[in-house]
Amino acid sequence: MLELAIGIILCGCAIGAGLALIAGIGPGIGEGNAVAKACEAIGRQPESKGSVMSTLFIGCALAETTGVYGFVTGLLLMFVVPKMLVNVLIAALKANGIL
Amino acid sequence: MVNSRRFKIIDALLILMMALPMVFAIILKILTNPESEGIAISGALIYFTIPMPKWDLPITESQVNSWLVMISIFGLCLYLTHGLSPKAQTKRQLLAEYIVTKTDSLVHENMGEFFSAFSPFICSILALSAFSSLSSLFGIFPPTSDLNVIAGWAILVFLLITYYKLKCGFGYYIKSFTEPIALLTPFNIIGEIATPVSMTFRHYGNIVSGSVISTLIAAGLRILSSWIFGWLPGAIGEFPFLRIGLPAILSAYFDVFSGCLQAFIFSILTMINISGAFDFNIYTARKNKKLSKKQKAN
Repeated sequence: MLELAIGIILCGCAIGAGLALIAGIGPGIGEGNAVAKACEAIGRQPESKGSVMSTLFIGCALAETTGVYGFVTGLLLMFVVPKMLVNVLIAALKANGIL
Repeated sequence: MVNSRRFKIIDALLILMMALPMVFAIILKILTNPESEGIAISGALIYFTIPMPKWDLPITESQVNSWLVMISIFGLCLYLTHGLSPKAQTKRQLLAEYIVTKTDSLVHENMGEFFSAFSPFICSILALSAFSSLSSLFGIFPPTSDLNVIAGWAILVFLLITYYKLKCGFGYYIKSFTEPIALLTPFNIIGEIATPVSMTFRHYGNIVSGSVISTLIAAGLRILSSWIFGWLPGAIGEFPFLRIGLPAILSAYFDVFSGCLQAFIFSILTMINISGAFDFNIYTARKNKKLSKKQKAN
């Protein structure tokens, strides 16, 4: 029974990590738009390439944030949360005198 | 002649001060890193724990490495500013002047006249973050891929933001939470806490995602090379040929470019958040009021 419970915990964490990385779609679209507009701007005014590029890099790194949140959540779900939840489960079982 | 020779000895000592912490970190890494089969994604090693009344204080790899990076940066600063003269003669003095004027102009652009004393703080955060990320090029554990290190910096920035908000008056600070309407107070409080959290996660996530992708690519190249060259006899067949050089291309982006960019963005956000928390007009009005009150009392 304990094996089944731990299995369900691990399975849930893995599915959650996979779902958390869907957050990568948003920054992908956003950065694509930003780069497209930057290309347009450089095409119109080639002399402003330097300032456009530096603004683009900062903007892209800021737009990445939401994707990075998803990634950190995924990392936590893969490496930190399962151990914690299994410990909680075992502690609860011991408190109830089952284990 | 004697003078210049003495300068050279001091220079050599300062260069040693820059290089020795990194060498020490590499030796420490070789001595303490447990031998592992294959490639693993792991956090910082805990060297030892100091017993404390409430919680034990663990001394981790990231703490030790960040102190070593700090000593190294200190050595670099001493080296660059050693033997300064009113007329710039040496290359390193020109470099030091370039760094100082660049940071001054950056701070002046982003924060305004009032915060011009902030440029040493911004420069030190920039240098610490950039050199911490770049220290992974030596093969040691970069302190920036530990959440706690960056959380410490972000908490420092949060304290500065709160300090500059309180400088405009406690009433103004409390009132700023109920704007534009009182209904939004919980969201404003969440937004206040979200600033350091988002700064931490942005920097940490970018550095760690780079190292995770590099690790996955290295593991994949190992398997690929064992498929392609597996038929070769003996030890040559087991040697991962594809892992020579190819991961370095990724490292140039993920370690060098991304690390420097994230350091720059962290310092830019620090500047924008601190200067955005402070309202100069209200501060001067409050100061003038206080001054006139004091004069009346006298």
